[in-house]
Amino acid sequence: MWRDALLVAGKDLRIELRSRVALWQVLPVAVLFLVLYAFALGPVRSTLASAAPGLFWLAVLFSTVLATQRSFAIESGEGTRDGLRASGIDPAGVFLGKAAAVAAELAVLQVVLWVAMSLLFGVHVHTVWLAVVASVLATIGLAAAGTLYGALSAGLRVRETLLPLLVLPVLAPVLLAASRAWAGALSGPLSDGVSWLRVLGPFAAAYVVVGIVLYGPLLEAG
Amino acid sequence: MDPVVRLRGAVALIGRFPALSGADLAVLPGEVVSVVGANGAGKTTLLRVLAGLTPVRSGEAVVLGVDLRQDAPAVRRRVGLLGHAPSLYDELTARENVSFALRAAGLGTERVERSLARVGIGGRLASTRAGALSAGQRRRVALATLVGRAPELWLLDEPHASLDTGARDLVADLITEATAQGAAVVFTSHEPEAALAMSDRQADMAGGRVTELRPGARGPRLTTVEGDSHVA
Repeated sequence: MWRDALLVAGKDLRIELRSRVALWQVLPVAVLFLVLYAFALGPVRSTLASAAPGLFWLAVLFSTVLATQRSFAIESGEGTRDGLRASGIDPAGVFLGKAAAVAAELAVLQVVLWVAMSLLFGVHVHTVWLAVVASVLATIGLAAAGTLYGALSAGLRVRETLLPLLVLPVLAPVLLAASRAWAGALSGPLSDGVSWLRVLGPFAAAYVVVGIVLYGPLLEAG
Repeated sequence: MDPVVRLRGAVALIGRFPALSGADLAVLPGEVVSVVGANGAGKTTLLRVLAGLTPVRSGEAVVLGVDLRQDAPAVRRRVGLLGHAPSLYDELTARENVSFALRAAGLGTERVERSLARVGIGGRLASTRAGALSAGQRRRVALATLVGRAPELWLLDEPHASLDTGARDLVADLITEATAQGAAVVFTSHEPEAALAMSDRQADMAGGRVTELRPGARGPRLTTVEGDSHVA
C-alpha cells in the first residue's frame, strides 16, 4: 500500500509540476480571493486582522476543491482511469497517493497565502507551533476528504459542479476548527486555539481511515 | 489443459444495456483468438470483462483460474489490456509512462528501455511527452507496457488501429512472441480476413453473444476443455 501510495503521489506531483495548473490557476485564484476580501472588508487593519484566520482557511478550502478536481482530471484522460484500475495498484495506495499529492500542493499554497495575508492584512503568528500543527492536521483532513469525495464524483458527467456541493459542507468542521486554532495562534487565548486541535485530529484520522477502506469500492463503482 | 478463459452464458451490463448477453468462449494457453463483429456487437465489453474491469452480472466467467464474479481485481495484474484509447498520461514521457505501468504492476524498471526498444520507441522519442506523440506512437508506447509486463493473457482492442504497415507487423510479431511464451491472446478487429490470418480461432460476435467460432489460419487443432470439444 505505501509503495503504491508513493508511486501515485510521485506521478501526480510530476504531472502537476509539468502542467503547472496548480501554480498558474489554483494559486492565483486563492490569492485573488484574499485580495478581493480585503477590498470588501475595507482598509481598517483591525477588521482585516480579526477576519484573517477565517479568510485564510476559506481560501484554502476552495483551493482544496480545485486541487481535488485537478487530481481527478489527471485520471479522466483517454483510458487512464481504466489503466489505473487495470494496473493492479492497491486502491488504498491510490487514495493515499492522491491525497498526499493534494496535501503537498495545499501545503505550498498555504505558505504563499500566508505571505500574501501578512502583507495584505498585517497579521503575524505568535504561537508558531500551534499554527503549524493546526495546518498539518487540517491539510490532512482536507486532502483526505477531498480525495474521497473526488472519487465519488469522478465518474459522473456533472463532477465539476457536484464536487463542491458534496465536499464543502463536509469540510465545514475543518474550516471552523482551523480558523479558531489559527485565531489562537495569531492573537487569541492559546488554550482556545489548542482545544480546536481536538476536532482537527479526529477529522483527519477518520477520513484517512474511511478513505483507505472505501476508496476501492468507489473506484470500482465509478 | 485448463483454459485461460472460460465464459459460459456471461452477461455484462453497460448502464442498463446488456452489452454481453450470454457469451460463451474458451481460450487455451498459447492460443490466439480474434473477435470480429459489427459496432456494438460486444467486442470491447468482452475484453473489459476478461480484464476484470466490467463486472459479470450472471453466468460463468473464469480467467486464469480466478472467478471474476468473486474476485475480479485479483486477475488484473496477470492480464494486459491494450484499450482502444492507450492509457497514457500526456504530461509524462514515453519512458515515464512505461516505468509507471511496470512499477504499478510490481515489476522493476530494468525492463523499460528494452520494452521501448522492442516497439521502436527509442532515443529522443522515449524522452518525449506522450501528449506530443502521434496516435501510432502512443499505441506503440502502450504496447511497450504490455511487453514489459509480459502478462499471461493479452487483450488487444483493435490493436492495428492508427498503426502503419511496419507497426502492424510489430503487433503480429509481439503476438507470436507472447504465445511462444505460453500467453494467450484475444484481440478484436474490424478486418476479419487479416485477423483470421493471425488467429488460431476467430469468434463472430453479434448482440452480445459469440455466434460462430471458426478455425484460423495459424493452424487448426482439436482441443478439449473440460469435456467440451473445441475446434481450435
